[in-house]
Amino acid sequence: MATKSISAEFTKGFWDENPVFRQLLGMCPTLAVTTAVINGIAMGLATSFVLIFSSLVVSSIKKIIPSQVRIASYIVIIATFVTMADRFLAAFFPPISKNLGPYVPLIVVNCIILGRQEAFSSKNSIGRSLIDALGMSCGFILALLLLSSIRELLGSGGILGHQILGSWFKPWIIMILPAGAFLTLGLLLGLALFIESKTKPGR
Amino acid sequence: MELLAIFISAILINNFVLHYFLGICPFLGVSKKIDSAVSMGLAVTFVMTITAVVSWIINHWILIPKKLEYLQIVSFILVIASLVQLVEMFIRKASPPLYQALGIYLPLITTNCAIMGLALLAVLKEYKFLETVIFGFGSGIGFTLAIVLMAGIREQLELADVPEPLKGAGISLIVAGIMALAFTGFSGMIK
Repeated sequence: MATKSISAEFTKGFWDENPVFRQLLGMCPTLAVTTAVINGIAMGLATSFVLIFSSLVVSSIKKIIPSQVRIASYIVIIATFVTMADRFLAAFFPPISKNLGPYVPLIVVNCIILGRQEAFSSKNSIGRSLIDALGMSCGFILALLLLSSIRELLGSGGILGHQILGSWFKPWIIMILPAGAFLTLGLLLGLALFIESKTKPGR
Repeated sequence: MELLAIFISAILINNFVLHYFLGICPFLGVSKKIDSAVSMGLAVTFVMTITAVVSWIINHWILIPKKLEYLQIVSFILVIASLVQLVEMFIRKASPPLYQALGIYLPLITTNCAIMGLALLAVLKEYKFLETVIFGFGSGIGFTLAIVLMAGIREQLELADVPEPLKGAGISLIVAGIMALAFTGFSGMIK
């Protein structure tokens, strides 16, 4: 772990250890909020905020947390930042907060965040944890953007409210329904593995 | 009548897995065999019902009178974590066979977002006490139904010829998608 260069630490979250496509973590918000790109972006940013600040706090006080109660401590730290994000969205972006509904408070049980604290921040320096958190956040936002773009484009014929496909296009209602989320993510996972098997022979 | 509507809608229409996308991790992780899926479903139903009761009491007797609603997230997650621990200790003493059957699934429930989601959704929907309990129990049954169906399909999938890149999570998600599509047929059954 420690031998990795700073840039490798940052970029591993993009593809090699992408939280959604490779580690299959944080599936609930990924599937639930990606009906529209704007929701995906909001969710991605909120999760990143929580992930980055929790990593910062956990890595700076890792020496004083007794290992028996570390999970509980992490959860309290995470829950504090989730509360901040939730209140912030509710105060400044009420419509988005309404769209995301219970999924903002649910960031607290997002396995990506707890997973990174346990697997990385509790063992590495503040700087490295910060870079790791930034990389993972980018990977997560990337995955949300990809999924929400596909779903919004096919589900409504446009992205961010701008009509892209012409009037000949009949929106696929299924893409906005829960079923569309499962199908799209399943096919994307298959695609990711397919690319992986083509680019890395011998695996 | 109202209660019956909440119960049925929690099982079929607003199914936790297929409609709210809550509890996807165990849904994908513990659905390889029907036996373990049933155990997981029972454990979740059990904890969900208790969580519904406890979170309602905390919210209505402590947080709302003291105007501390912003502490909901922190207090719910702590309550759920300690509750699961408590339930585990209680079952181990009271009913060793049940403890054997639930096995490692009980501690895993702490990180199950379905439980946290249940506490938050019950608050969001402004359910009264009895409604919250019915909602919790129904949601648990709904989760069990989804995970057992999924396990049944996956046992058959073992024999199917699935394209290499889709093996594992990919095909499971596609199957879940088709199930979700089937379940949308129930919507409109109850207004």
